[in-house]
Amino acid sequence: MAHWQHRLAERGIDRQLWLLVPALVFVIALFLYPFFYGLTLSFQPTDGGPFSDYARFFSDSYERGTIWITLRIALPAALLNVLAAVPIAYRMRGRFRGKRLVTTLLVVPITLGTVLTAQGLLNFLGPTGWFNRILLATNLVDEPVRLTHNYWGVFFSLVITGFPFAFLLVLSYLSGIDPTLERAAATLGADWRRRFTRITLPLLMPGLATTFCLTFVLAFSVFPSAVLVGNPAGETRVISLAAYQAAYEQYDYPYASAIAMIMGFVELVVIALVLAARSRFYTGSTGGKG
Amino acid sequence: MATITRARPARPPATTDRRRRITARPAAWIVWGVVIFFFLNLLGVVASVLVSSFGRRWFDTWLPDGYTTSWYGRAWDEFALLQVIVVTLEVSVLVVGLSLLIGVPAAYVLARRSFPGKRLIFLVFLLPILMPPITYGIPLATVLYKFGLAGHMSGVVLANLVPSVPFVILTMTPFIEQIDPRIESAARMCGAGLRTVFLRVLTPLLVPGILASAILVLVRTVGMFELTFLTAGPDSQTLVVALYYSMSASGIRAQQSVDAMAVIYTSMMLVLLVVALRYVNPTQLVAQVKEDPEH
Repeated sequence: MAHWQHRLAERGIDRQLWLLVPALVFVIALFLYPFFYGLTLSFQPTDGGPFSDYARFFSDSYERGTIWITLRIALPAALLNVLAAVPIAYRMRGRFRGKRLVTTLLVVPITLGTVLTAQGLLNFLGPTGWFNRILLATNLVDEPVRLTHNYWGVFFSLVITGFPFAFLLVLSYLSGIDPTLERAAATLGADWRRRFTRITLPLLMPGLATTFCLTFVLAFSVFPSAVLVGNPAGETRVISLAAYQAAYEQYDYPYASAIAMIMGFVELVVIALVLAARSRFYTGSTGGKG
Repeated sequence: MATITRARPARPPATTDRRRRITARPAAWIVWGVVIFFFLNLLGVVASVLVSSFGRRWFDTWLPDGYTTSWYGRAWDEFALLQVIVVTLEVSVLVVGLSLLIGVPAAYVLARRSFPGKRLIFLVFLLPILMPPITYGIPLATVLYKFGLAGHMSGVVLANLVPSVPFVILTMTPFIEQIDPRIESAARMCGAGLRTVFLRVLTPLLVPGILASAILVLVRTVGMFELTFLTAGPDSQTLVVALYYSMSASGIRAQQSVDAMAVIYTSMMLVLLVVALRYVNPTQLVAQVKEDPEH
Protein backbone atom coordinates (compact mmCIF):
# COMPACT_ATOMS: atom_id res chain seq x y z
CA MET A 1 0.00 0.00 0.00
CA ALA A 2 2.57 2.54 1.09
CA HIS A 3 4.75 1.27 -1.70
CA TRP A 4 2.51 2.27 -4.62
CA GLN A 5 1.55 5.49 -2.92
CA HIS A 6 5.21 6.31 -2.86
CA ARG A 7 5.64 5.33 -6.50
CA LEU A 8 2.71 7.53 -7.53
CA ALA A 9 3.99 10.41 -5.44
CA GLU A 10 7.27 10.21 -7.33
CA ARG A 11 5.36 10.91 -10.53
CA GLY A 12 3.53 13.78 -8.93
CA ILE A 13 0.31 12.05 -7.95
CA ASP A 14 -0.67 12.38 -4.31
CA ARG A 15 -3.48 13.47 -2.04
CA GLN A 16 -3.16 17.13 -2.98
CA LEU A 17 -4.59 16.38 -6.39
CA TRP A 18 -7.97 15.87 -4.71
CA LEU A 19 -8.19 19.67 -4.73
CA LEU A 20 -8.62 19.41 -8.47
CA VAL A 21 -11.63 17.11 -8.22
CA PRO A 22 -14.43 19.68 -7.71
CA ALA A 23 -13.27 21.62 -10.75
CA LEU A 24 -13.00 18.47 -12.83
CA VAL A 25 -16.47 17.28 -11.77
CA PHE A 26 -17.79 20.71 -12.65
CA VAL A 27 -16.17 20.87 -16.08
CA ILE A 28 -17.28 17.33 -16.94
CA ALA A 29 -20.86 17.81 -15.75
CA LEU A 30 -21.48 21.29 -17.09
CA PHE A 31 -19.25 21.52 -20.12
CA LEU A 32 -18.07 18.19 -21.53
CA TYR A 33 -21.28 16.22 -20.89
CA PRO A 34 -23.60 18.85 -22.43
CA PHE A 35 -21.18 19.25 -25.30
CA PHE A 36 -21.14 15.55 -26.16
CA TYR A 37 -24.86 15.37 -25.50
CA GLY A 38 -25.32 18.11 -28.10
CA LEU A 39 -22.94 16.34 -30.45
CA THR A 40 -24.88 13.06 -30.29
CA LEU A 41 -28.17 14.96 -30.47
CA SER A 42 -27.01 16.61 -33.69
CA PHE A 43 -26.67 13.14 -35.25
CA GLN A 44 -30.23 12.20 -34.28
CA PRO A 45 -32.37 14.49 -36.40
CA THR A 46 -36.15 14.36 -36.23
CA ASP A 47 -36.14 12.77 -39.68
CA GLY A 48 -33.49 11.41 -42.01
CA GLY A 49 -30.12 9.79 -41.45
CA PRO A 50 -27.53 10.78 -38.88
CA PHE A 51 -26.01 13.51 -41.05
CA SER A 52 -29.22 14.92 -42.46
CA ASP A 53 -29.28 17.97 -40.17
CA TYR A 54 -25.77 18.88 -41.29
CA ALA A 55 -26.77 18.30 -44.90
CA ARG A 56 -29.84 20.46 -44.33
CA PHE A 57 -27.71 23.31 -43.06
CA PHE A 58 -25.19 23.18 -45.87
CA SER A 59 -27.70 22.69 -48.68
CA ASP A 60 -29.74 25.74 -47.69
CA SER A 61 -27.90 28.82 -48.95
CA TYR A 62 -29.77 31.10 -46.50
CA GLU A 63 -28.46 29.02 -43.59
CA ARG A 64 -25.04 28.31 -45.05
CA GLY A 65 -24.59 32.02 -45.71
CA THR A 66 -24.67 32.75 -41.98
CA ILE A 67 -21.12 31.36 -41.65
CA TRP A 68 -19.84 33.81 -44.22
CA ILE A 69 -21.85 36.69 -42.72
CA THR A 70 -20.46 35.97 -39.26
CA LEU A 71 -16.88 35.74 -40.51
CA ARG A 72 -17.31 38.90 -42.57
CA ILE A 73 -18.31 40.79 -39.42
CA ALA A 74 -16.10 39.11 -36.83
CA LEU A 75 -12.75 38.89 -38.66
CA PRO A 76 -12.44 42.57 -39.69
CA ALA A 77 -13.75 43.74 -36.31
CA ALA A 78 -11.28 41.60 -34.35
CA LEU A 79 -8.42 42.53 -36.67
CA LEU A 80 -9.19 46.24 -36.41
CA ASN A 81 -9.44 46.06 -32.62
CA VAL A 82 -6.07 44.33 -32.27
CA LEU A 83 -4.27 46.46 -34.87
CA ALA A 84 -5.62 49.71 -33.42
CA ALA A 85 -4.66 48.61 -29.92
CA VAL A 86 -0.96 48.13 -30.80
CA PRO A 87 0.08 51.74 -31.58
CA ILE A 88 -2.06 53.13 -28.76
CA ALA A 89 -0.67 50.66 -26.25
CA TYR A 90 2.85 51.33 -27.58
CA ARG A 91 2.38 55.01 -26.77
CA MET A 92 0.98 54.15 -23.35
CA ARG A 93 4.02 52.29 -22.03
CA GLY A 94 6.04 53.71 -19.23
CA ARG A 95 4.80 56.53 -17.06
CA PHE A 96 3.43 59.87 -18.07
CA ARG A 97 1.00 62.33 -16.62
CA GLY A 98 -2.60 61.33 -17.08
CA LYS A 99 -1.82 57.73 -17.92
CA ARG A 100 -4.27 56.42 -15.35
CA LEU A 101 -6.96 58.70 -16.74
CA VAL A 102 -6.42 57.56 -20.33
CA THR A 103 -6.38 53.90 -19.28
CA THR A 104 -9.60 54.35 -17.34
CA LEU A 105 -11.24 56.17 -20.25
CA LEU A 106 -10.27 53.36 -22.59
CA VAL A 107 -11.61 50.73 -20.20
CA VAL A 108 -14.92 52.39 -19.36
CA PRO A 109 -16.71 51.26 -22.59
CA ILE A 110 -16.64 47.74 -21.11
CA THR A 111 -19.42 48.86 -18.79
CA LEU A 112 -21.67 50.15 -21.54
CA GLY A 113 -23.37 46.86 -22.24
CA THR A 114 -24.90 45.77 -25.51
CA VAL A 115 -28.20 47.51 -25.07
CA LEU A 116 -26.86 50.95 -24.21
CA THR A 117 -24.39 50.65 -27.09
CA ALA A 118 -27.21 49.61 -29.40
CA GLN A 119 -29.54 52.40 -28.27
CA GLY A 120 -26.70 54.89 -28.48
CA LEU A 121 -25.70 53.82 -31.97
CA LEU A 122 -29.30 54.00 -33.13
CA ASN A 123 -29.69 57.49 -31.63
CA PHE A 124 -26.29 58.83 -32.63
CA LEU A 125 -25.74 57.32 -36.07
CA GLY A 126 -29.39 57.15 -37.08
CA PRO A 127 -30.78 59.28 -39.93
CA THR A 128 -31.74 62.08 -37.52
CA GLY A 129 -28.87 61.53 -35.12
CA TRP A 130 -26.10 63.94 -34.24
CA PHE A 131 -23.57 62.28 -36.53
CA ASN A 132 -25.65 62.74 -39.64
CA ARG A 133 -26.70 66.22 -38.50
CA ILE A 134 -23.05 67.25 -38.30
CA LEU A 135 -22.32 65.76 -41.72
CA LEU A 136 -25.33 67.55 -43.21
CA ALA A 137 -24.58 70.84 -41.45
CA THR A 138 -21.00 70.85 -42.75
CA ASN A 139 -22.22 69.91 -46.23
CA LEU A 140 -20.11 66.77 -46.31
CA VAL A 141 -23.09 64.76 -47.50
CA ASP A 142 -26.37 65.66 -49.18
CA GLU A 143 -28.56 63.09 -47.47
CA PRO A 144 -28.16 61.10 -44.23
CA VAL A 145 -25.68 58.22 -44.40
CA ARG A 146 -27.24 54.90 -43.51
CA LEU A 147 -25.18 53.43 -40.68
CA THR A 148 -27.71 51.55 -38.56
CA HIS A 149 -29.84 48.47 -39.16
CA ASN A 150 -27.13 47.14 -41.44
CA TYR A 151 -23.60 45.75 -41.41
CA TRP A 152 -22.01 48.95 -40.12
CA GLY A 153 -24.18 49.20 -37.03
CA VAL A 154 -23.07 45.75 -35.89
CA PHE A 155 -19.48 46.46 -36.84
CA PHE A 156 -19.37 49.66 -34.77
CA SER A 157 -20.93 47.97 -31.77
CA LEU A 158 -18.24 45.27 -31.98
CA VAL A 159 -15.53 47.91 -32.09
CA ILE A 160 -16.96 49.75 -29.09
CA THR A 161 -17.24 46.61 -26.96
CA GLY A 162 -14.18 44.80 -28.29
CA PHE A 163 -11.57 47.52 -28.47
CA PRO A 164 -11.22 48.23 -24.72
CA PHE A 165 -10.77 44.53 -24.15
CA ALA A 166 -8.14 44.16 -26.88
CA PHE A 167 -6.38 47.27 -25.67
CA LEU A 168 -6.14 46.00 -22.09
CA LEU A 169 -4.67 42.70 -23.19
CA VAL A 170 -2.18 44.26 -25.63
CA LEU A 171 -1.09 46.83 -23.06
CA SER A 172 -0.63 44.06 -20.55
CA TYR A 173 1.49 41.97 -22.92
CA LEU A 174 3.45 45.02 -24.01
CA SER A 175 4.31 46.06 -20.48
CA GLY A 176 5.54 42.51 -19.95
CA ILE A 177 8.36 43.05 -22.45
CA ASP A 178 11.56 44.07 -20.74
CA PRO A 179 12.29 47.70 -21.78
CA THR A 180 16.05 47.13 -21.36
CA LEU A 181 15.99 45.09 -24.59
CA GLU A 182 14.88 48.11 -26.57
CA ARG A 183 17.34 50.33 -24.78
CA ALA A 184 20.15 47.92 -25.60
CA ALA A 185 19.14 48.07 -29.27
CA ALA A 186 19.03 51.85 -29.07
CA THR A 187 22.62 51.99 -27.82
CA LEU A 188 23.57 49.87 -30.82
CA GLY A 189 22.07 52.51 -33.06
CA ALA A 190 18.71 51.04 -34.03
CA ASP A 191 16.06 53.65 -34.76
CA TRP A 192 12.54 53.26 -33.37
CA ARG A 193 11.26 51.55 -36.52
CA ARG A 194 13.92 48.86 -36.39
CA ARG A 195 13.51 48.46 -32.65
CA PHE A 196 9.78 48.01 -33.10
CA THR A 197 9.90 45.57 -36.01
CA ARG A 198 12.93 43.56 -34.86
CA ILE A 199 12.46 43.45 -31.09
CA THR A 200 9.10 44.56 -29.77
CA LEU A 201 6.87 43.14 -32.48
CA PRO A 202 8.35 39.60 -32.48
CA LEU A 203 8.14 39.48 -28.69
CA LEU A 204 4.60 40.82 -28.80
CA MET A 205 3.41 38.41 -31.53
CA PRO A 206 2.28 35.57 -29.22
CA GLY A 207 0.35 38.06 -27.12
CA LEU A 208 -1.23 39.56 -30.24
CA ALA A 209 -2.28 36.11 -31.40
CA THR A 210 -3.93 35.41 -28.04
CA THR A 211 -5.62 38.80 -28.06
CA PHE A 212 -6.88 38.27 -31.58
CA CYS A 213 -8.31 34.87 -30.62
CA LEU A 214 -10.13 36.21 -27.56
CA THR A 215 -11.47 39.26 -29.39
CA PHE A 216 -12.52 37.04 -32.26
CA VAL A 217 -14.45 34.76 -29.87
CA LEU A 218 -16.30 37.81 -28.56
CA ALA A 219 -17.05 39.06 -32.04
CA PHE A 220 -17.94 35.64 -33.42
CA SER A 221 -20.68 35.08 -30.86
CA VAL A 222 -22.24 38.45 -31.62
CA PHE A 223 -25.93 37.96 -31.10
CA PRO A 224 -27.81 40.73 -29.30
CA SER A 225 -26.27 43.56 -31.29
CA ALA A 226 -26.84 41.72 -34.57
CA VAL A 227 -30.55 41.82 -33.72
CA LEU A 228 -30.70 45.29 -32.20
CA VAL A 229 -28.55 47.43 -34.51
CA GLY A 230 -28.29 45.08 -37.45
CA ASN A 231 -30.63 43.65 -39.97
CA PRO A 232 -31.36 40.23 -38.42
CA ALA A 233 -33.32 38.95 -41.39
CA GLY A 234 -30.63 39.60 -43.99
CA GLU A 235 -27.30 41.32 -43.93
CA THR A 236 -26.43 40.50 -40.33
CA ARG A 237 -28.14 37.16 -39.83
CA VAL A 238 -25.23 35.64 -37.93
CA ILE A 239 -24.85 31.96 -37.21
CA SER A 240 -25.71 32.27 -33.51
CA LEU A 241 -29.03 33.76 -34.58
CA ALA A 242 -29.66 30.76 -36.84
CA ALA A 243 -28.87 28.42 -33.93
CA TYR A 244 -31.10 30.38 -31.58
CA GLN A 245 -34.00 30.39 -34.03
CA ALA A 246 -33.70 26.64 -34.56
CA ALA A 247 -33.75 26.00 -30.81
CA TYR A 248 -36.24 28.52 -29.46
CA GLU A 249 -38.48 29.35 -32.41
CA GLN A 250 -38.70 25.99 -34.18
CA TYR A 251 -37.93 23.88 -31.05
CA ASP A 252 -35.74 21.66 -33.23
CA TYR A 253 -33.01 20.88 -30.72
CA PRO A 254 -31.09 18.38 -32.91
CA TYR A 255 -30.87 20.96 -35.69
CA ALA A 256 -29.92 23.70 -33.23
CA SER A 257 -27.19 21.45 -31.81
CA ALA A 258 -25.91 20.73 -35.31
CA ILE A 259 -25.66 24.48 -36.00
CA ALA A 260 -23.95 25.04 -32.64
CA MET A 261 -21.41 22.32 -33.49
CA ILE A 262 -20.74 23.86 -36.92
CA MET A 263 -20.34 27.23 -35.25
CA GLY A 264 -17.86 25.89 -32.71
CA PHE A 265 -15.97 24.05 -35.44
CA VAL A 266 -15.62 27.10 -37.70
CA GLU A 267 -14.50 29.21 -34.76
CA LEU A 268 -11.92 26.68 -33.60
CA VAL A 269 -10.58 26.37 -37.18
CA VAL A 270 -9.93 30.12 -37.28
CA ILE A 271 -8.22 30.00 -33.86
CA ALA A 272 -6.13 27.00 -34.90
CA LEU A 273 -5.04 28.84 -38.07
CA VAL A 274 -4.04 31.92 -36.07
CA LEU A 275 -2.08 29.86 -33.57
CA ALA A 276 -0.41 27.87 -36.33
CA ALA A 277 0.60 31.10 -38.09
CA ARG A 278 1.94 32.39 -34.80
CA SER A 279 4.17 29.36 -34.29
CA ARG A 280 5.54 29.76 -37.81
CA PHE A 281 6.26 33.41 -37.21
CA TYR A 282 8.15 33.19 -33.98
CA THR A 283 8.91 30.34 -31.64
CA GLY A 284 10.54 31.25 -28.42
CA SER A 285 9.52 32.14 -24.96
CA THR A 286 6.45 34.34 -24.94
CA GLY A 287 6.74 38.05 -24.43
CA GLY A 288 4.40 37.68 -21.49
CA LYS A 289 7.15 37.19 -18.94
CA GLY A 290 9.71 39.93 -18.91
CA MET B 1 9.87 58.86 -28.27
CA ALA B 2 13.05 57.81 -30.02
CA THR B 3 14.99 60.85 -28.89
CA ILE B 4 14.08 60.23 -25.28
CA THR B 5 15.09 56.59 -25.24
CA ARG B 6 18.29 57.34 -27.03
CA ALA B 7 19.16 60.08 -24.61
CA ARG B 8 18.47 57.98 -21.55
CA PRO B 9 21.70 55.94 -21.28
CA ALA B 10 23.65 59.17 -21.14
CA ARG B 11 21.81 60.31 -18.06
CA PRO B 12 22.89 59.36 -14.57
CA PRO B 13 20.75 56.37 -13.56
CA ALA B 14 19.60 58.05 -10.37
CA THR B 15 17.33 60.57 -12.11
CA THR B 16 14.02 58.85 -12.62
CA ASP B 17 12.39 60.68 -15.44
CA ARG B 18 8.77 60.34 -14.54
CA ARG B 19 7.21 62.39 -17.23
CA ARG B 20 7.66 61.00 -20.68
CA ARG B 21 6.89 63.81 -23.03
CA ILE B 22 4.37 63.24 -25.77
CA THR B 23 6.60 64.26 -28.62
CA ALA B 24 5.28 66.01 -31.67
CA ARG B 25 6.05 63.27 -34.15
CA PRO B 26 3.47 62.85 -36.92
CA ALA B 27 2.92 59.20 -35.96
CA ALA B 28 2.06 60.23 -32.42
CA TRP B 29 -0.34 62.88 -33.67
CA ILE B 30 -2.11 60.40 -35.89
CA VAL B 31 -2.45 57.90 -33.05
CA TRP B 32 -3.82 60.44 -30.61
CA GLY B 33 -6.01 61.95 -33.31
CA VAL B 34 -7.63 58.58 -33.96
CA VAL B 35 -8.07 58.02 -30.22
CA ILE B 36 -9.73 61.40 -29.84
CA PHE B 37 -12.02 60.76 -32.83
CA PHE B 38 -13.01 57.41 -31.31
CA PHE B 39 -13.76 59.07 -27.99
CA LEU B 40 -15.78 61.88 -29.55
CA ASN B 41 -18.00 59.35 -31.28
CA LEU B 42 -18.22 57.24 -28.15
CA LEU B 43 -19.20 60.33 -26.22
CA GLY B 44 -21.88 61.00 -28.81
CA VAL B 45 -23.20 57.46 -28.44
CA VAL B 46 -23.37 57.66 -24.64
CA ALA B 47 -24.61 61.24 -24.51
CA SER B 48 -27.43 60.58 -26.98
CA VAL B 49 -28.78 57.85 -24.70
CA LEU B 50 -28.34 59.99 -21.62
CA VAL B 51 -30.02 63.02 -23.19
CA SER B 52 -32.80 60.89 -24.58
CA SER B 53 -33.49 59.29 -21.19
CA PHE B 54 -34.12 62.76 -19.75
CA GLY B 55 -35.83 64.15 -22.85
CA ARG B 56 -39.54 64.83 -22.99
CA ARG B 57 -39.97 64.39 -26.71
CA TRP B 58 -37.15 64.18 -29.24
CA PHE B 59 -37.73 63.94 -32.95
CA ASP B 60 -35.96 65.69 -35.78
CA THR B 61 -34.02 68.26 -33.76
CA TRP B 62 -30.60 68.68 -32.18
CA LEU B 63 -31.95 68.44 -28.63
CA PRO B 64 -35.26 67.32 -27.07
CA ASP B 65 -38.20 69.70 -26.50
CA GLY B 66 -37.89 69.64 -22.75
CA TYR B 67 -36.48 67.61 -19.93
CA THR B 68 -38.04 65.30 -17.38
CA THR B 69 -37.00 62.56 -14.99
CA SER B 70 -40.27 60.70 -15.30
CA TRP B 71 -38.83 58.03 -17.64
CA TYR B 72 -36.77 56.64 -14.79
CA GLY B 73 -39.78 56.21 -12.55
CA ARG B 74 -41.69 54.68 -15.42
CA ALA B 75 -38.86 52.27 -16.28
CA TRP B 76 -38.57 51.29 -12.63
CA ASP B 77 -42.29 50.37 -12.44
CA GLU B 78 -42.84 48.99 -15.93
CA PHE B 79 -39.95 46.54 -15.87
CA ALA B 80 -40.25 45.64 -12.17
CA LEU B 81 -36.63 46.69 -11.93
CA LEU B 82 -36.31 46.07 -8.21
CA GLN B 83 -37.01 42.37 -8.69
CA VAL B 84 -34.71 42.22 -11.72
CA ILE B 85 -31.86 43.87 -9.82
CA VAL B 86 -32.35 41.56 -6.84
CA VAL B 87 -32.20 38.54 -9.18
CA THR B 88 -29.09 39.93 -10.87
CA LEU B 89 -27.34 40.38 -7.54
CA GLU B 90 -28.40 36.96 -6.24
CA VAL B 91 -27.17 35.23 -9.38
CA SER B 92 -23.89 37.16 -9.41
CA VAL B 93 -23.11 36.55 -5.74
CA LEU B 94 -23.86 32.83 -6.06
CA VAL B 95 -21.75 32.53 -9.21
CA VAL B 96 -18.84 34.41 -7.65
CA GLY B 97 -18.92 32.35 -4.44
CA LEU B 98 -19.22 28.98 -6.15
CA SER B 99 -16.64 29.70 -8.84
CA LEU B 100 -14.12 30.78 -6.18
CA LEU B 101 -14.78 27.67 -4.09
CA ILE B 102 -14.29 25.42 -7.10
CA GLY B 103 -11.66 27.42 -8.93
CA VAL B 104 -9.11 28.46 -6.30
CA PRO B 105 -8.10 24.94 -5.15
CA ALA B 106 -7.82 23.84 -8.77
CA ALA B 107 -5.72 26.90 -9.60
CA TYR B 108 -3.47 26.03 -6.67
CA VAL B 109 -2.83 22.52 -7.94
CA LEU B 110 -2.31 23.69 -11.51
CA ALA B 111 0.09 26.44 -10.40
CA ARG B 112 2.20 24.34 -8.07
CA ARG B 113 2.22 20.77 -9.22
CA SER B 114 3.26 18.87 -12.28
CA PHE B 115 1.59 15.56 -12.94
CA PRO B 116 0.74 13.42 -15.95
CA GLY B 117 -2.17 14.82 -17.95
CA LYS B 118 -1.79 18.35 -16.61
CA ARG B 119 -1.70 19.91 -20.08
CA LEU B 120 -4.87 18.08 -21.07
CA ILE B 121 -6.69 19.24 -17.95
CA PHE B 122 -5.52 22.79 -18.57
CA LEU B 123 -6.83 22.62 -22.14
CA VAL B 124 -10.22 21.38 -20.93
CA PHE B 125 -10.43 24.35 -18.56
CA LEU B 126 -9.42 26.69 -21.38
CA LEU B 127 -12.10 25.47 -23.81
CA PRO B 128 -15.13 27.16 -22.21
CA ILE B 129 -13.32 30.49 -22.54
CA LEU B 130 -12.31 29.85 -26.15
CA MET B 131 -15.82 28.84 -27.26
CA PRO B 132 -18.57 31.33 -28.02
CA PRO B 133 -21.23 31.04 -25.28
CA ILE B 134 -23.97 30.16 -27.77
CA THR B 135 -22.03 27.09 -28.94
CA TYR B 136 -22.03 25.35 -25.59
CA GLY B 137 -24.99 27.33 -24.28
CA ILE B 138 -27.57 25.66 -26.52
CA PRO B 139 -26.58 22.06 -25.65
CA LEU B 140 -26.16 23.10 -22.01
CA ALA B 141 -29.62 24.66 -21.91
CA THR B 142 -31.04 21.50 -23.51
CA VAL B 143 -29.43 19.35 -20.81
CA LEU B 144 -30.55 21.70 -18.04
CA TYR B 145 -34.13 21.63 -19.36
CA LYS B 146 -33.94 17.82 -19.46
CA PHE B 147 -33.13 17.76 -15.75
CA GLY B 148 -35.69 20.47 -14.97
CA LEU B 149 -33.06 22.95 -13.86
CA ALA B 150 -33.45 25.59 -16.53
CA GLY B 151 -36.08 28.27 -16.30
CA HIS B 152 -35.14 28.87 -12.67
CA MET B 153 -32.40 30.57 -10.80
CA SER B 154 -30.42 27.33 -10.39
CA GLY B 155 -30.14 26.90 -14.16
CA VAL B 156 -28.97 30.48 -14.63
CA VAL B 157 -26.34 30.05 -11.90
CA LEU B 158 -25.11 26.72 -13.27
CA ALA B 159 -24.86 28.06 -16.82
CA ASN B 160 -22.96 31.15 -15.69
CA LEU B 161 -20.49 28.99 -13.78
CA VAL B 162 -19.24 27.44 -17.03
CA PRO B 163 -17.11 30.41 -18.14
CA SER B 164 -16.58 31.74 -14.58
CA VAL B 165 -14.74 28.77 -13.03
CA PRO B 166 -12.10 28.63 -15.82
CA PHE B 167 -11.80 32.39 -15.57
CA VAL B 168 -11.04 32.15 -11.83
CA ILE B 169 -8.49 29.41 -12.50
CA LEU B 170 -6.73 31.46 -15.18
CA THR B 171 -6.62 34.70 -13.19
CA MET B 172 -5.64 33.04 -9.90
CA THR B 173 -2.74 30.98 -11.26
CA PRO B 174 -0.28 33.93 -11.56
CA PHE B 175 -1.20 35.13 -8.07
CA ILE B 176 -0.46 31.70 -6.61
CA GLU B 177 2.80 31.42 -8.54
CA GLN B 178 3.96 34.62 -6.85
CA ILE B 179 3.76 33.11 -3.36
CA ASP B 180 7.02 31.56 -2.23
CA PRO B 181 6.49 27.80 -1.81
CA ARG B 182 8.91 27.84 1.12
CA ILE B 183 6.24 29.55 3.21
CA GLU B 184 4.03 26.49 2.78
CA SER B 185 6.93 24.15 3.47
CA ALA B 186 7.65 26.04 6.67
CA ALA B 187 4.03 25.74 7.76
CA ARG B 188 4.09 22.02 7.00
CA MET B 189 7.29 21.63 8.99
CA CYS B 190 5.48 23.12 11.94
CA GLY B 191 2.88 20.40 11.60
CA ALA B 192 0.11 22.15 9.65
CA GLY B 193 -2.07 19.91 7.52
CA LEU B 194 -3.25 20.75 4.02
CA ARG B 195 -6.46 22.28 5.34
CA THR B 196 -4.61 24.48 7.82
CA VAL B 197 -2.06 25.54 5.21
CA PHE B 198 -4.90 26.53 2.92
CA LEU B 199 -7.01 28.39 5.45
CA ARG B 200 -4.36 29.95 7.66
CA VAL B 201 -1.43 30.54 5.30
CA LEU B 202 -2.52 30.67 1.66
CA THR B 203 -5.93 32.32 1.87
CA PRO B 204 -4.73 35.45 3.71
CA LEU B 205 -1.88 35.83 1.24
CA LEU B 206 -4.23 35.32 -1.69
CA VAL B 207 -6.81 37.90 -0.62
CA PRO B 208 -5.78 40.46 -3.29
CA GLY B 209 -5.96 37.83 -6.03
CA ILE B 210 -9.24 36.45 -4.76
CA LEU B 211 -10.73 39.94 -4.64
CA ALA B 212 -9.48 40.66 -8.14
CA SER B 213 -10.95 37.57 -9.73
CA ALA B 214 -14.15 37.85 -7.66
CA ILE B 215 -14.79 41.34 -8.96
CA LEU B 216 -13.94 40.40 -12.53
CA VAL B 217 -16.30 37.41 -12.37
CA LEU B 218 -18.95 39.70 -10.92
CA VAL B 219 -18.59 42.18 -13.78
CA ARG B 220 -18.65 39.36 -16.32
CA THR B 221 -21.71 37.71 -14.79
CA VAL B 222 -23.70 40.93 -14.59
CA GLY B 223 -22.86 41.57 -18.24
CA MET B 224 -23.24 37.98 -19.51
CA PHE B 225 -26.13 37.94 -21.91
CA GLU B 226 -26.22 34.70 -23.88
CA LEU B 227 -26.11 32.08 -21.13
CA THR B 228 -28.71 33.80 -18.97
CA PHE B 229 -30.86 34.45 -22.01
CA LEU B 230 -30.84 30.74 -22.93
CA THR B 231 -31.59 29.41 -19.44
CA ALA B 232 -33.66 32.06 -17.66
CA GLY B 233 -37.37 31.79 -16.98
CA PRO B 234 -39.69 34.76 -16.49
CA ASP B 235 -38.74 35.17 -12.81
CA SER B 236 -35.01 34.59 -13.18
CA GLN B 237 -34.07 37.25 -15.73
CA THR B 238 -31.04 39.35 -15.03
CA LEU B 239 -30.80 43.00 -15.96
CA VAL B 240 -29.15 42.47 -19.36
CA VAL B 241 -31.77 39.97 -20.46
CA ALA B 242 -34.66 42.12 -19.26
CA LEU B 243 -33.12 45.03 -21.15
CA TYR B 244 -32.77 42.99 -24.32
CA TYR B 245 -36.40 41.90 -24.18
CA SER B 246 -37.60 45.42 -23.58
CA MET B 247 -35.58 46.69 -26.52
CA SER B 248 -36.29 43.94 -29.02
CA ALA B 249 -40.00 44.31 -28.32
CA SER B 250 -39.82 47.93 -29.41
CA GLY B 251 -42.99 49.76 -30.13
CA ILE B 252 -44.57 48.45 -26.95
CA ARG B 253 -42.40 50.54 -24.66
CA ALA B 254 -41.43 54.14 -25.05
CA GLN B 255 -37.90 54.32 -26.35
CA GLN B 256 -36.95 56.74 -23.60
CA SER B 257 -37.81 54.33 -20.83
CA VAL B 258 -35.53 51.72 -22.45
CA ASP B 259 -32.87 54.44 -22.54
CA ALA B 260 -33.45 55.13 -18.85
CA MET B 261 -33.11 51.45 -18.05
CA ALA B 262 -29.88 51.21 -20.06
CA VAL B 263 -28.52 54.16 -18.10
CA ILE B 264 -29.40 52.41 -14.83
CA TYR B 265 -27.61 49.25 -16.01
CA THR B 266 -24.51 51.13 -17.11
CA SER B 267 -24.27 53.10 -13.87
CA MET B 268 -24.40 49.82 -11.98
CA MET B 269 -21.62 48.34 -14.12
CA LEU B 270 -19.59 51.54 -13.80
CA VAL B 271 -19.69 51.34 -10.00
CA LEU B 272 -18.54 47.72 -10.19
CA LEU B 273 -15.71 48.59 -12.56
CA VAL B 274 -14.51 51.53 -10.48
CA VAL B 275 -14.41 49.23 -7.44
CA ALA B 276 -12.59 46.63 -9.53
CA LEU B 277 -9.96 49.11 -10.72
CA ARG B 278 -9.12 49.93 -7.12
CA TYR B 279 -8.00 46.35 -6.57
CA VAL B 280 -6.78 45.27 -9.97
CA ASN B 281 -4.19 46.92 -12.12
CA PRO B 282 -5.67 46.20 -15.52
CA THR B 283 -2.28 46.08 -17.21
CA GLN B 284 -1.03 43.29 -14.99
CA LEU B 285 -3.76 40.76 -15.63
CA VAL B 286 -1.74 38.67 -18.04
CA ALA B 287 1.84 39.52 -17.28
CA GLN B 288 2.90 40.00 -13.69
CA VAL B 289 5.72 42.48 -13.98
CA LYS B 290 6.69 45.67 -12.27
CA GLU B 291 5.30 48.48 -14.36
CA ASP B 292 8.05 50.92 -13.59
CA PRO B 293 11.38 49.15 -13.79
CA GLU B 294 14.18 51.09 -12.20
CA HIS B 295 16.10 53.18 -14.66
